[in-house]
Amino acid sequence: MLGKNWWKILCVILLVYTIIFGFLGHVPAKPILNETIRNLYFHVAMWFGMMVLFTVSVVYSAIYLGTNNPVHDIYALEYAKGGILFGCLGLITGSIWARYTWGSFWSNDPKQLGAAIALLIYFAYLVLRNSMTDMDKRARIGAVYNVFAYAMLFPTIWIIPRLVESLHPGGIGGNPVTNDIDNRMRVVFWPGAVPGWTLLGVWIVTLRIRLQLLAEKNLSHA
Amino acid sequence: MHKKVHSWFLLFVFGLIGLAGRAQDTANGKPVEMADRLRADGKIYVVIVVLVTIFLGLIAYVIRLDRKISRLEKGGK
Repeated sequence: MLGKNWWKILCVILLVYTIIFGFLGHVPAKPILNETIRNLYFHVAMWFGMMVLFTVSVVYSAIYLGTNNPVHDIYALEYAKGGILFGCLGLITGSIWARYTWGSFWSNDPKQLGAAIALLIYFAYLVLRNSMTDMDKRARIGAVYNVFAYAMLFPTIWIIPRLVESLHPGGIGGNPVTNDIDNRMRVVFWPGAVPGWTLLGVWIVTLRIRLQLLAEKNLSHA
Repeated sequence: MHKKVHSWFLLFVFGLIGLAGRAQDTANGKPVEMADRLRADGKIYVVIVVLVTIFLGLIAYVIRLDRKISRLEKGGK
């Protein structure tokens, strides 16, 4: 049992480490941010988790296009749903953080807008799938669309926000906070928060995949 | 005697360096407000314990779900 599930135990250990040292660890004292800099371990980690889940999803979509095996479509769909969940959590937590540092829940920051557009494109993936009753067609068109949705992540959340003025770090002007994140924060963020939250996402996604596969099996037996 | 003065001097210098380090974390000369007192008073530990408890509770739930699905996969009830 432990052999196959070691990564779930690792996930719990990493997240407990993140929670404890996320609050007790040293952070640089910065005006405006104050203690909210600790949101790095939670809000920012959501986006990294989202990227990993969407990446796995698009890989399974590509595999599906080669194999036409409906199991691969289920994997792609559930990983995309997991990514959407993490993206929504990232957007909501970002808004809360913004309210107390930038002054309002939504400031039409390019990264906020880009993330919202990227998520809308993924919502369309779910809507598009549900608009088709034919299973093969649904899986095939869904897989092709998923490749497009994944490709759109790069301009919307990685490239455009860096080319224009942004309140987020990485854009032009404004926010230099990434320069202040020191090694005492990095040892919580990189080995703890990012893999921890990502593994939790993968865990929940795999539970949904297994349920979905069971449902399929029952359907074919009935 | 000489040695003692020497070490006091060193302590003073390092203290100054430490103060200079702290002084960097200021805005317009005023120290940036952090939850230092909160941690000093120990109350932040209560929040951590609560958060860890909730987290472990949720994880226990996920583990039970995981086991249930495993049982279904084996064909049992």
